[in-house]
Amino acid sequence: MDDLLSEFLTETSESLSVLDVELVKLEQNPEPGILQNIFRLVHTIKGTCGFLGLPRLEHVAHASENVLGKFRDGELEVTPTAVTLILQAIDRIKLILGHLEQNECEPEGEDGDLIAKLNDMAEGRSPTVAAPAAAAAEEAPPFPVAADLLAEVEAAYAAGKKAASDTDMLVEMAKERAKEAAAQAQAQAQTPAAEPEAVPEVRASVPAPTASPPALAKQAEHPVAVGEPKESAVAAQTIRVNVELLENLMTLVSELVLTRNQLLQMVRGRDDSEFTAPLQRLSHITTDLQEGVMKTRMQPIGNAWAKLPRIVRDLSIEMNKKIDLQMLGAETELDRQVLELIKDPLTHMVRNSADHGLEGPEERKRAGKPEIGKVVLNAFHEGGHIIIEISDDGRGLNLDRIKQKAIANGLASESELEAMNPQQIYQFIFKAGFSTAEKVTSVSGRGVGMDVVRTNIEKIGGTVELKSQPGRGSTFVIKIPLTLAIVSALIVECASERFAIPQISVLELVRVTNNSEHGIEMINNAPVLRLRDRLLPLVSLKKLLRLNNGEDQETFIVVTQVGTYTFGIIVDRVFDTEEIVVKPVAPILRHISMFSGNTILGDGSVIMILDPNGIAGATGESGMLGGGQTTESTVVRDLHGDSKTSLLVFRAGGEDLKAVPLALVARLEEIDVKDVEYSHGKPMVQYRGHLMPLVSIDGSNQFAAEGRQPVLVFSDRDHTMGLVVEEIVDIVEDRLKVELSANNPGVIGTAVIAGKATTIIDAGYYLPQAFGDWFGRADLEYGTDDHAALRILLVDDSPFFRNLLTPLLSVGGYEVTAVEGADRALALREQGQDFDLIISDIEMPGMSGFEFATAVRSEGRWQMLPMIALSSHATEKDFERGRQVGFNDYVAKFDRDSLLQTIASTLAALKGAA
Amino acid sequence: MNQIVPASKRPGTELAAPETQDYVTMFIDGQMFGIQVLTVQDVLGPQKITRIPLAPREVAGSLNLRGRIVTAVDVRLRLGLRNAAEDNKGMSVVVDQNGELYSLMVDQVGEVLTLPAAKFERNPPTLDPMWREFSAGIYRLEDKLLVVLDVAKLLDFNKNE
Repeated sequence: MDDLLSEFLTETSESLSVLDVELVKLEQNPEPGILQNIFRLVHTIKGTCGFLGLPRLEHVAHASENVLGKFRDGELEVTPTAVTLILQAIDRIKLILGHLEQNECEPEGEDGDLIAKLNDMAEGRSPTVAAPAAAAAEEAPPFPVAADLLAEVEAAYAAGKKAASDTDMLVEMAKERAKEAAAQAQAQAQTPAAEPEAVPEVRASVPAPTASPPALAKQAEHPVAVGEPKESAVAAQTIRVNVELLENLMTLVSELVLTRNQLLQMVRGRDDSEFTAPLQRLSHITTDLQEGVMKTRMQPIGNAWAKLPRIVRDLSIEMNKKIDLQMLGAETELDRQVLELIKDPLTHMVRNSADHGLEGPEERKRAGKPEIGKVVLNAFHEGGHIIIEISDDGRGLNLDRIKQKAIANGLASESELEAMNPQQIYQFIFKAGFSTAEKVTSVSGRGVGMDVVRTNIEKIGGTVELKSQPGRGSTFVIKIPLTLAIVSALIVECASERFAIPQISVLELVRVTNNSEHGIEMINNAPVLRLRDRLLPLVSLKKLLRLNNGEDQETFIVVTQVGTYTFGIIVDRVFDTEEIVVKPVAPILRHISMFSGNTILGDGSVIMILDPNGIAGATGESGMLGGGQTTESTVVRDLHGDSKTSLLVFRAGGEDLKAVPLALVARLEEIDVKDVEYSHGKPMVQYRGHLMPLVSIDGSNQFAAEGRQPVLVFSDRDHTMGLVVEEIVDIVEDRLKVELSANNPGVIGTAVIAGKATTIIDAGYYLPQAFGDWFGRADLEYGTDDHAALRILLVDDSPFFRNLLTPLLSVGGYEVTAVEGADRALALREQGQDFDLIISDIEMPGMSGFEFATAVRSEGRWQMLPMIALSSHATEKDFERGRQVGFNDYVAKFDRDSLLQTIASTLAALKGAA
Repeated sequence: MNQIVPASKRPGTELAAPETQDYVTMFIDGQMFGIQVLTVQDVLGPQKITRIPLAPREVAGSLNLRGRIVTAVDVRLRLGLRNAAEDNKGMSVVVDQNGELYSLMVDQVGEVLTLPAAKFERNPPTLDPMWREFSAGIYRLEDKLLVVLDVAKLLDFNKNE
């Protein structure tokens, strides 16, 4: 069975069993919480069906959702009848699912009757009269006896009741009565009290042999679906376990491995120890356990590839290319943490191969290649690593273009390039600032540079290599560790301190002595080593880490590879390799780029793990590393450290560089100036079937006379706006630290980005220029002084607003932590995080802002924290409710000035009180 | 290694502002300092500490406390005092700061004192600015003064660099 389908079945049958229980609960106790949950479940089912192309399921789910929606909005009362109807719909869904599971397709037939009933219910034409006949799915519809009733009749008939001609009269009468009853019921629409006698009467007295054929078909079809009740394969095979539980298990196992290592170390060297045998056994079991737990975290890499065929297909249509995407080794498994991290780089690289690598069919024909271009993805295991190859048979990298670009960007001089071999020159595409911005198309979307790809891969301890042959295509080889939690490391000693070097970076070890053929030679104090006809640059760990005790006894060189850069680290001694569990370093040490973490060795001592990237960076090869400073620990999701932000750097209205957080930019587009239309004197273009207003950075709305102009598209929900710029320069990842704040409207301030002073644009200023209602007016002044290092927790489900408010508040001098939901926020509370103020959205999926406030106020360390509610509709009623649950203040979402004012005054009030 | 309190966190205790507060006392150069008892995880004797190259001077290194890595901070250096005499082995108080453990190295750890709020006073303005930064206030004891250490500020290394 299709993986997607079977996953859907598993998930849906789980949801359905929850639904059954919840619906019954709802009937007894119509609580909004339960209803919300039910609504969400049905909604999910509907959404997934639509996605998988299961129209029957989708329609039933949709109709049920409508009814549930009315419940939720309080327009319909939760009556037993209504719940019965929903349960029927659920039963129908189950039926269809059962069929799906056995035959992998939806059963024939249609659900018009059920849907009609659900729709009637939703519109308030509730056939309450029929309620007591709950067991039978066939309540009488309000008006003339419809197919259902006939079906019912037919059933009765089939059950052996003989038609009596003299009952014809009775039939007519019964029909009349049914009508009457229905009409009555409608009159007292919402009254749950029904007339139980009406239906049985109808049933008993209508053995009319006038069943309509569709009804027959329907009747016949259902039993088929239920027919062969195969043991459900879906239910038993898997259980769902919280990822957190798995993470915990993994941590425990890691600790166990450490303890085992410790024990082994103690027993080592004592041959006759009675512990040897049991320890051996313990060791084996630990290893097995480790593998087992590791497997639970493993997912096939195919999961990360799932969306690639679609992307390639779209590309091939858009670019008019014929592309054959081959995916080999999709079942290769790797740690889900790693999987998440390589998803985007992979997508990007495949897109690159298809977009830039492959030629059009004409060009391919001319080159004597098959018309259909090939992009091959291949994944396999190799010695504790996963290798992923992405290759295409396209034109290969354009050496001349890269050279030009390298010279233009000042990365190398012409003479330097002359001396390099092609493979070395290709590496330039990994350099920061090498994104080929001129090629930003709708296909490239928000073009992330290869440097980001490389940084991301290196962040997880992986490497990426590139081979390219003109006219034959290019191949990227990504090598990543199987898991991040436990790595194999080489333990070295330098100035009587021990350090660990991740094994993945170590190529070989060379022992140097003064009289051997391998000797360290100096070129003006720069140590180098002749190694197999190559000159290997060396770094002395002792000098690098400023360790100055102990006499000079450096004898080993650890040949290390970072990307394509190979260098040697001079150390005193080399010990064993050991499996280590990488732990993050304390926040106060995170700025030291030489270390990627620390760990506890078998003998119980703490040891620092060297970061080869950082060391390479310190040796001056930072340019080769894309970002260069990968100071963050490789493993940990870092909460406290200053995180990097991707920024889009562009030029507009002048020569100076401007930047905006990439996350705010929905897309990059290029518009033809010809296409700009004016309405109301405002420029706009037709974009994806809608009008998109255009705004220029200086408000002049002057565009180039002709040609194409790049546009940054900002979008939030229904609004889309284009900011016209002159040139897109680059996308860089850097710390967004605004150093000079500006008084100019539309400017957040100035920051150093990729080494250049760059103006950070306030997207929030330009949006209202396009839409009056996007934000409130922005002309109030607000104080930005003297609240340094006050920490604000921002809870908002919309990434747009998180991205918008975070820089805004940072500029205001606050330290902002943004999370996407109340449960995440509460998790931070559990972790013991402290804040000075909480800003929370009200409408959020899951826990709403009101519930969140109640939870915060009810217990825990944040009880006394000031809270500000943020909502798109701020009515008096909302305001009052916010106050009641514990919000100190309430601000309309679009009014950023009053938000800043409110924060300042709330904090000031608090300070005054303290 | 004597364990005093497993830091059972009772949220809200700081805010309730009770009549008295419990402090773990410790000494550096004869000066008495105090840390709220509930923030203290362990009290340690001399430990094997791994030096961390390139770390701030006040960071003495890291150590292994029952499988967790603890960063040791030399409070003496942090307070701008002279290096301790070589033979002084010292003791440490382990505190939890945002989920990370830090070991504060001091000369000696004393007893736990229960101090009435009435004896608490704000920092005198004449106090050394560096100390004022790390001190949350002073308690007047019978024979000496106790400086309440603000652990969060003491461990906030970003500010001073």
